[in-house]
Amino acid sequence: MARRRSEGGPAARRVSANAASAPASRRAVGAHRWRRAGLESPAGAAVSAAPAGGRPKLVRRQRLSQWDVKLSPYLYISPFFIVFGLVGLFPLAYTGYLSLHDWERLYYRQGEFIGLENYRFVLTDPVFLKSLVNTFSIFLMSSVPQVIVAVAVAALLDTRLRGRTFWRMSVLLPFVVAPTAAVLIFGSLFADKYGVINAMLDGIGLEPIRWHVDRWWSHLAIAGMVNWRWTGYNALIFLAAMQAVPRDLYESAALDGAGRIRQFFHVTLPMIRPTMIFVIVTSTIGGLQIFTEPRLFDDTPQREGGPDHQYMTSTLYIYVKGIEDQFYGRASAAAWVLFLIIVGIALLNFALTRLLTRGRQA
Amino acid sequence: MRITDTGPVRRPTSYRRRLAIGAVTALVLGLTAACGGDDDPTKSADQQQLGDGETLTITTFGEFGYDELIEEWNKENPDVQVEQTKVSLWDDWKNELNTLLQANEGLPDIVAIEGDFMPALVAAPERWVDLSGEDVDGRWLEFKSDAATTADGKLLGYATDAGPEAICYRADLFQKAGLPTDRAEVAALMTTWEDYYALGEQFVAKSDAQWYDASGSVAQAMLNQVEFPFEQEDNTVNVENDELRAVYDTVTGNADALSTGAAQWSDDWTAGFQKDGFATIPCPGWMRSNIRDNTGNPAPKGVVWDVADVFPGGGGNWGGSYLTIPQSSPHQEPAKEFAAWITAPEQQIRIFEQYGNFPSQVAALEDPALLKSADPYFNDAPVGEIFSNRASAITTQPYHGPLYSDILGKFQEAITRVDQGGDAKESWETFVTEVAALQ
Repeated sequence: MARRRSEGGPAARRVSANAASAPASRRAVGAHRWRRAGLESPAGAAVSAAPAGGRPKLVRRQRLSQWDVKLSPYLYISPFFIVFGLVGLFPLAYTGYLSLHDWERLYYRQGEFIGLENYRFVLTDPVFLKSLVNTFSIFLMSSVPQVIVAVAVAALLDTRLRGRTFWRMSVLLPFVVAPTAAVLIFGSLFADKYGVINAMLDGIGLEPIRWHVDRWWSHLAIAGMVNWRWTGYNALIFLAAMQAVPRDLYESAALDGAGRIRQFFHVTLPMIRPTMIFVIVTSTIGGLQIFTEPRLFDDTPQREGGPDHQYMTSTLYIYVKGIEDQFYGRASAAAWVLFLIIVGIALLNFALTRLLTRGRQA
Repeated sequence: MRITDTGPVRRPTSYRRRLAIGAVTALVLGLTAACGGDDDPTKSADQQQLGDGETLTITTFGEFGYDELIEEWNKENPDVQVEQTKVSLWDDWKNELNTLLQANEGLPDIVAIEGDFMPALVAAPERWVDLSGEDVDGRWLEFKSDAATTADGKLLGYATDAGPEAICYRADLFQKAGLPTDRAEVAALMTTWEDYYALGEQFVAKSDAQWYDASGSVAQAMLNQVEFPFEQEDNTVNVENDELRAVYDTVTGNADALSTGAAQWSDDWTAGFQKDGFATIPCPGWMRSNIRDNTGNPAPKGVVWDVADVFPGGGGNWGGSYLTIPQSSPHQEPAKEFAAWITAPEQQIRIFEQYGNFPSQVAALEDPALLKSADPYFNDAPVGEIFSNRASAITTQPYHGPLYSDILGKFQEAITRVDQGGDAKESWETFVTEVAALQ
């Protein structure tokens, strides 16, 4: 920021370019003069000088066009921010507000203000801590292999293949299937008693795996569903980034004697760094919010991520506390805790990815 | 170089930023305040006529057996068309209902409520329409209407069915294991829980199948004979009582030997009906349609279901639901009229004959048509007579407080944990902490 400003122009240029009307450009010229002289202008000076100079009144049309120039850009982008405010920012703030209040269970009404009591409950609740461990375990089992496999798939798709469009479409196919439908399919694969995988294991003389009972196996099953759905999607994003890598880089690399693998690590990977960051940050956010898969994977009527909460993720905890147990305050507190954790992890990921890929580039 | 271009350029930026922050804060606070304390859920909605194309909505769960009856009503009442939404599981509907009640919006005109959840409604009666009236006075068995009546005499729900329990059993599996198959003989062998479990051990010794469908279902059956399972009369929660602990210990102690290990209503549980998974199942009237649907109708070759006129440890009532009308309904009068019609004895008898849901209406229970009714799917068992006997054998009505349904869910999970190989003692401790977290 500071660097750019000290170069002089851009800020002032923006003003003169934007405002066609006379006084504004005069002001810009004024600003230039201050800068040329190398004088420090006290914040108020230029401004207080303007009205004192007797600013000529603008005609209505001039004023309109001035507003147009100033306001329209904001109006054009406002739908996003209005929608974001309504469905993003407001719920966030309202959740924070609720998290400080008790909840009248029977009447489904907000209760008294109780300060941080809900946060105390959530942070000392062993079930919440268990759900955090589950969340991270499922996240690691899904996001890490997902990104690696997606990059590999993208690299394969980036070569001259016969029927390229077909292959590209087919990796995206799982993404089109509704998660609920996917869970149903995987449910019959991973059923404990009468499931396909266990039948196969049984066929080759191995012990059946208790997918819904053993904690880490259940995480693996859920991570499998998540990966199945998202790997192809991420691969396509990587592919798009890879195709934007200038081909002459590969040519020079090849001339320098770099093989395919070397080209991949020293040309492709550094060149898709921004995309890497994007995919890693979004899949972190998504990976820490897994809900549908564990909820539907559980076929006991309570659906609380297994009777022993073996695969209850933190989002599922929020749902159970809020909707099933009817404690909106506690659910809101848990939501805020999770939100802060996700922000923290996303920032950490961002920093790490930058650091690592920058090191490689240098 | 120093930053020199403050003043004219920077000032509007920070001004704008402040304005933007101000605007966003105002928006958020405004909306927060707006949503904070608006419409009172205990206030009745403005009543409106059913407009053109508008329907009365009703949401049921499981199988209420209303399809044909609603069709009939719609033919006779062109002005009051009824539209039913069916949810397959009560637990799923309960969650959705909780959400709708919280929002106080989107509720159907008529809400079906599982009997176990009724005490929660009675504890917050202002949200529901008082349905009492002379025409329905004395229509139901006393314990059914009492459970839906507030201290000051408001009736919040019309009872649909009752759940007197018998034992349904697979006569073909009994025969293969060398047990008697005749329903009177079978009944004589399981009058107490000790007998029932002992017979089970005898059975599993000679069969690949398990003795009962799920630990959770036997637990619930036993629970229905405990006077104060989870809550005392003043609604204080007390789960660490001897009777409940005895049920828990018996069920978890027998889980390995006698149960399928599947959680009730899970996919493995459903599959167990077709795969000869188990031989007996605690059988309230409404369970018959579940058995029929899960086993397949007509029954697969060789499969013979039957009903024994007995329930271990006396009688027991499991479930039976209610129809209620929330204050948010804008069509309370026609809704009440329809609910009264569909819960009338004549309609309930037809449901019993077709689906098996046993009436809770006094007149229906005395009806000769009911007493004569037999079920060909269950080896022509005289189900009318059997379930009437089972209803009169009920001596204990367990006390259900407002938290009953929620605690029951946690109790079922505790049992499933042990079914899955968890330690019974640890699972019980988890249950106690989870119940504490509900208060």
